[in-house]
Amino acid sequence: MSKSAALATVNSVRGDVVATANTNEEQYVTFTVGNEEYGVSILSVREIRGWTPESRLPNLPDYVRGVINLRGIIIPIFDLRARFGGGTTEVTKRHVVVVVQVGERTRGILVDAISDILAITQDQIKPPPSMESGLIESQYLSGLFTAENRMVTLLDVARLFAVETGDDEHQA
Amino acid sequence: MEDLQQFKQTYFEESSEFLGVAETGLLRLTPGNVDMEEINAIFRAVHSIKGGGGAFGFTDLVAFSHEFETVMDGVRNSTIPITDELVDILIRANDVLGQLLGHARDGTRPPAGFAVAIVTALKGFAANALEEAPPANEPCTPSPILGAAGRKTFSVRFRPKADLLLTGNDPTFMLRALKAMGTADIECDIGGLPTLAHLEPELLYLQWLVTLTTDQTTNDIKDVFEFVSDDSLVEITEHSLDAPPPPRLEAALPIGADPSRSTNAAPAVYATPEDAPESPQSAAPGPKPAAGRSSSAQSDGGHPSLGSHTIRVDLDKIDRLVNMVGEMVISQAMVAEQLRKLPPGEHQELLEGLQQAAQHTRELRETVMSIRAQPVGSVFSRMPRLVRELATATGKDVSLVTSGEATEVDKTVVENLVDQLTHMIRNSIDHGLESPNVREANGKPRTGTVHLSAAHRSGRIVIEVADDGKGIDRPRVMEKAIEKGLVQAGATLSDEEIDNLIFLPGFSTADKISNISGRGVGMDVVRRNISSLGGRIGVYSTPGQGSRFVLSLPLTLAVLDGMVISVGAERFVLPLTNIVESLRPKPADLHGLVNRCDVMMARGEYVRLVYLHSLFGIPNAVCDSTKGLVVLVETEDGGRLGLVVDEVLGQQQVVIKSLESNYRRLEGVAAATILGDGRVALILDVAGLQEMSQHGGSASSVAQRQLLDASSQPRIM
Repeated sequence: MSKSAALATVNSVRGDVVATANTNEEQYVTFTVGNEEYGVSILSVREIRGWTPESRLPNLPDYVRGVINLRGIIIPIFDLRARFGGGTTEVTKRHVVVVVQVGERTRGILVDAISDILAITQDQIKPPPSMESGLIESQYLSGLFTAENRMVTLLDVARLFAVETGDDEHQA
Repeated sequence: MEDLQQFKQTYFEESSEFLGVAETGLLRLTPGNVDMEEINAIFRAVHSIKGGGGAFGFTDLVAFSHEFETVMDGVRNSTIPITDELVDILIRANDVLGQLLGHARDGTRPPAGFAVAIVTALKGFAANALEEAPPANEPCTPSPILGAAGRKTFSVRFRPKADLLLTGNDPTFMLRALKAMGTADIECDIGGLPTLAHLEPELLYLQWLVTLTTDQTTNDIKDVFEFVSDDSLVEITEHSLDAPPPPRLEAALPIGADPSRSTNAAPAVYATPEDAPESPQSAAPGPKPAAGRSSSAQSDGGHPSLGSHTIRVDLDKIDRLVNMVGEMVISQAMVAEQLRKLPPGEHQELLEGLQQAAQHTRELRETVMSIRAQPVGSVFSRMPRLVRELATATGKDVSLVTSGEATEVDKTVVENLVDQLTHMIRNSIDHGLESPNVREANGKPRTGTVHLSAAHRSGRIVIEVADDGKGIDRPRVMEKAIEKGLVQAGATLSDEEIDNLIFLPGFSTADKISNISGRGVGMDVVRRNISSLGGRIGVYSTPGQGSRFVLSLPLTLAVLDGMVISVGAERFVLPLTNIVESLRPKPADLHGLVNRCDVMMARGEYVRLVYLHSLFGIPNAVCDSTKGLVVLVETEDGGRLGLVVDEVLGQQQVVIKSLESNYRRLEGVAAATILGDGRVALILDVAGLQEMSQHGGSASSVAQRQLLDASSQPRIM
């Protein structure tokens, strides 16, 4: 799927979201990192853009890729693969950045590719299975969803990179 | 509710403007100089604050502004004489109004007994007001046939409600009816007329004062207003026959003129006889163009209005505009880069078109930057107040002269100027100027002068605070400096060096500590703040004739003069104000200091070297300082460092962008910027780097630990 097509879809679906706001349904943008598929609420996604080289920031964990210039504002880019312990992503021109908005702040998430837009009702979301503490940090998982045969991990964007507080890096 | 919040926001913004208008007006108000225009403006300002406050239900605010308004109304109608005491109370009342607005905004209530003294004083003035419409002060003209048999003179004040016209009544009918009863002299008061922007065409803002000489009775006059008695206020006063006839006022509106056209008449309707001769003078264009209101009012058909030619724009919107223009410049550079690859001589039109577009973009950028610019007059106009207070507190006669108020500078600079200028003026009045008697003894005028001026000079704004006082007492400064251990006894310093001692922390020559200054936390703070704004301050003094403080500041804080440097694959920007020089050291200049760090001999001083690549953990950088470059930097408080970098790429003006708005603060980084190719570069914070380097390698070892913890392969740049 080309990036511009994905962006167009996101925009057109946004309108529908407003129209169907009364139903219990919520739209999720899903994307892949390696073999795994993740989803974030479409309302938090501002745009999807191709990879542009970042400028590094000093003395930060490897999942903080650096900062880029998004039309005159400077936003940080986080590497989702590195965040989940998969090592730093070797970026190519095919990689994309999902630009999300959390409150007043904007940040980018580096992923492999955009995969789908799914309409999910609240009761279709399964809670993540109880896990040994420390195995994965489950506080930023908001649930699991089964689409056909795939499992989509739904992420809580606000908690995922709550780095502006400065806490997360020290835990990582 | 959200909408209401928005209206409130607008109300508070407007109110603070009104407060400013009122204060400016009040400060110019003296018993000898009464400008009705000004008084009306103050009245309107207070009235508008009250009106809006009522709409939002701010009861404390409304109650207080009502008292204030009553007194202003009295002043306007010349029933309350203008005295120094009154002006002082009114200025303080304006402050109280500001505080009440603050309470209203924060949703708090003022403490019990708040501003009781002012309220009492205001009430006192209102109570002592001369009787309403005393003949001596009323601009009415009794008929010359005064005292003719059976005829009496009445003053009829007709105040219709604003919605009178909506009920189908026409005030001209009543006025004509009055005229038919005898000799009527009709004056129209347009003082309640709002600015054009706020004018509701269907509402009536006018009042009339009719001086009627007739043989009919009060009841007959009342009958005229019978149909509108519910919709208007009519006061009928019978005059005694021996009342002296007051002079007729030019601005009075003769009957027959269409009341709706009365807006073109001169706005001052009421004037006391003694200020009448002055009014042509005060109506002349003011000598202070920066006052803004008075000058713009002239162009508005003699009809004062606030900011009819301006719009209020959110600063964020302008910032977005600035961002977009910056992006345009970058995209244009990219297109130009691609076009250069075309074979020469082809696509000539395309190249020309692009060149033109580039020119337009440049112009657009300048225009956009100028939107943020504000005249420094907005800061200067706060100073008369300060001078007035200081003059009273110190018992000195001071006159403040300002010039260059129209000089424009970026809004951010303007905001940061207030405190510094306050400090400097305070310093000049307290330390510089002598008391009136001493001045007289020295053959100077009793009144000291502080001159505040602003001008543009080579891309910077230069602001001067000059006084004609005693100048810096150099022997005394030396003595103090030696006493405080700032200078070694017996050292010889040039006059200039001595003058500059006053910028040292902890320095004060005042013999006694006053409320105003003398605690030694003055000029050093000013200098630090100015230099943190990228500015410089200097002092020039002539003993016996005065001193002059000159400060120069960049025109905008959004742009920084920087040096672009590279380390590994990364580029950084160093603020030019921090850079002393850059050099490539010879091996002989380098020394190891107890195997802990490297030092370098530069101009006879040992300077510690800091390797930026190890501080920031940047791979593939030049590690040998003899192969790279050392940039000698100086922090604001004088500490020196040798920063080892790969290359110095060149000097450039960069636009400062916040890293914190979407991320967070980083150690050693002041902000970020976008370079010509659209990439982000970090602006280094020299003081932060110095601090980082002082906890030894801890910063970099933290970085290494984090890299290991993240259990990842070496990161790719």
